[in-house]
Amino acid sequence: MVLLVLAVLPAVLPSYQVSVVTQVLIFSVLAMSIDILAGFAGRTSLGHGAIFGVSSYVAIYWSSTLGGDIWIGIALGILAATALAGVFAALAIRTSGVYFLLLTLALGMIVWGVCLRWTAVTGGENGLRGVGRPAFIADHASFYYAVLIIVAPLTWLMWRLVHSPFGLTLRGIRDSESRMRSLGYNVPLHLFVAFVLSGFFAGVAGGLYVLFNNFVSPSTVQLSQSVSALLMAITGGVGTLLGSFVGAAAIIVLENAVSAYTARWPSVLGIAFVLIMIFAPEGVVGRARLLLARRRSRSPKPNHSGG
Amino acid sequence: MMGINLFQILNGLTFAALIFIVASGFTLIFGLLRIVNLAHGALYLVGGLAGYSAAKASGSFVVGALAAMVLVAALGAVLDRGLLSFVRGVELRQVLLTLGVAFILNDISLVIWGGDTFSVPVPEVLRGAMWIGGVMYPKYRIFVLVLGLLVFAALWLLLNKTRLGALIRAGVDDPEMVEAMGINIRRVFLGTFMLGAALAGLGGVVGGAFLTLYPSADAEILVFSLAVVIIGGRGSLVGAALGALLVGLLNAIGQVMFPELAYFVIFGPMALLLAFRPLGLFGRAA
Repeated sequence: MVLLVLAVLPAVLPSYQVSVVTQVLIFSVLAMSIDILAGFAGRTSLGHGAIFGVSSYVAIYWSSTLGGDIWIGIALGILAATALAGVFAALAIRTSGVYFLLLTLALGMIVWGVCLRWTAVTGGENGLRGVGRPAFIADHASFYYAVLIIVAPLTWLMWRLVHSPFGLTLRGIRDSESRMRSLGYNVPLHLFVAFVLSGFFAGVAGGLYVLFNNFVSPSTVQLSQSVSALLMAITGGVGTLLGSFVGAAAIIVLENAVSAYTARWPSVLGIAFVLIMIFAPEGVVGRARLLLARRRSRSPKPNHSGG
Repeated sequence: MMGINLFQILNGLTFAALIFIVASGFTLIFGLLRIVNLAHGALYLVGGLAGYSAAKASGSFVVGALAAMVLVAALGAVLDRGLLSFVRGVELRQVLLTLGVAFILNDISLVIWGGDTFSVPVPEVLRGAMWIGGVMYPKYRIFVLVLGLLVFAALWLLLNKTRLGALIRAGVDDPEMVEAMGINIRRVFLGTFMLGAALAGLGGVVGGAFLTLYPSADAEILVFSLAVVIIGGRGSLVGAALGALLVGLLNAIGQVMFPELAYFVIFGPMALLLAFRPLGLFGRAA
């Protein structure tokens, strides 16, 4: 049903909106990759913006600066992101809670610092411009379909992942690490694999972003990237996976709406973060569901509405 | 050759002194309140910029530094009492909330001061250079080094020789027990938060005079503070000093050897340490 609606969208929407929906799809993948760790392994990462951005940097460096093929560039980017996630994971899996957050934050910011300063390769603050999309996905509608065709099976894959025995083990680790350990599970290995897989998905999102934006700069890897992607996952409800689509849509639509009136998007993002942390840490979607459930249980006869 | 080396070492030491001033506030708050204040970098930036304006207006560096510390301590009080009290006890929500505050503060400072680079004016007596061990070295940076040592000494005395310090140390270990002894730990918390914030403000003015202040300065100093705390361990003053020393010196060496990748060099000790002591040199499990 949802897929059908998504499939006919370009026919009914103007091209600008189609490109916004494309952006939502791309960032949903990033948000879901964060949710795999945050929602199912209980490890909130603030380093995923860097993993995402490194994929973009490598893809653009390969295709634009070195003049290579864009698809090979994207494949290399995804590979680089996965490898970087492996490094992050090797350092971070022994920690949990706030320490994990701090560590991924510091690691992500080191990547940002390198992208900013290593001017010879990254172009410093000016960033790197890509070579543009290949001709067959050049217009908004066909690019949208291409992204949809990639994102749909990726989403299915992530859904399968978190509902597989592996995903259940992760949830067990989230709820009680010591219990899982005494049951004989290799906790660090599970966390490592989860982090690397999550990095792979973030890398794919970064590759798609190259095709979408055709430009990468330190702002692609900076903290606010990790933060807004995490906010998407939280808004959609941590641990729901598919809520990421709702979260990404909410944040990106908000960003576009706010940017039309003011350049103060960082303030709005910050205020949104503060308000959600205070009033709806389980996510706006989760909160709405909670309120709905409360109202339903209060009403005397159960009424079956919606569908 | 020897001269260049000493110069670099002095650079590393003075930078270490600055990041110690900033990170000691960070680790104090982290240690006692269990709050990772990710707005610490933003407090540094806002403090530095406010100090710059105050110093320009009054013509006095000291007035600028005091104004910055008072303003940032007040901001810290608002943050602690106004916002963090809503999410008391839930670590992850606190961290993410302070992150939101960091974005807001950074954006507000962009509105007030614009995106230019500012340099806090150095007082007359500290301008120029002096001879140290055969190299000409800026007086101001020596002043920063001395200030860093003074802050360390003052904090050490505060923590180890005063009643308040005893309360803070007890609070780090077991806040419930301190409360049960009839002490208003909330007030100690608030005081510590304001003190930690004031140190960020002081760092902003002091650092703003030789590193300059620009819109992403808050993020950069935050990374250094994080690295110091990750290396030194939560809430440890000596750990923060050692961490700052390590990070400062490595950063200076890195800047000579690989100027473009200097940032990457602090990654090394962090990674190495984490492999053996995930909670840092002096860290203890919460």
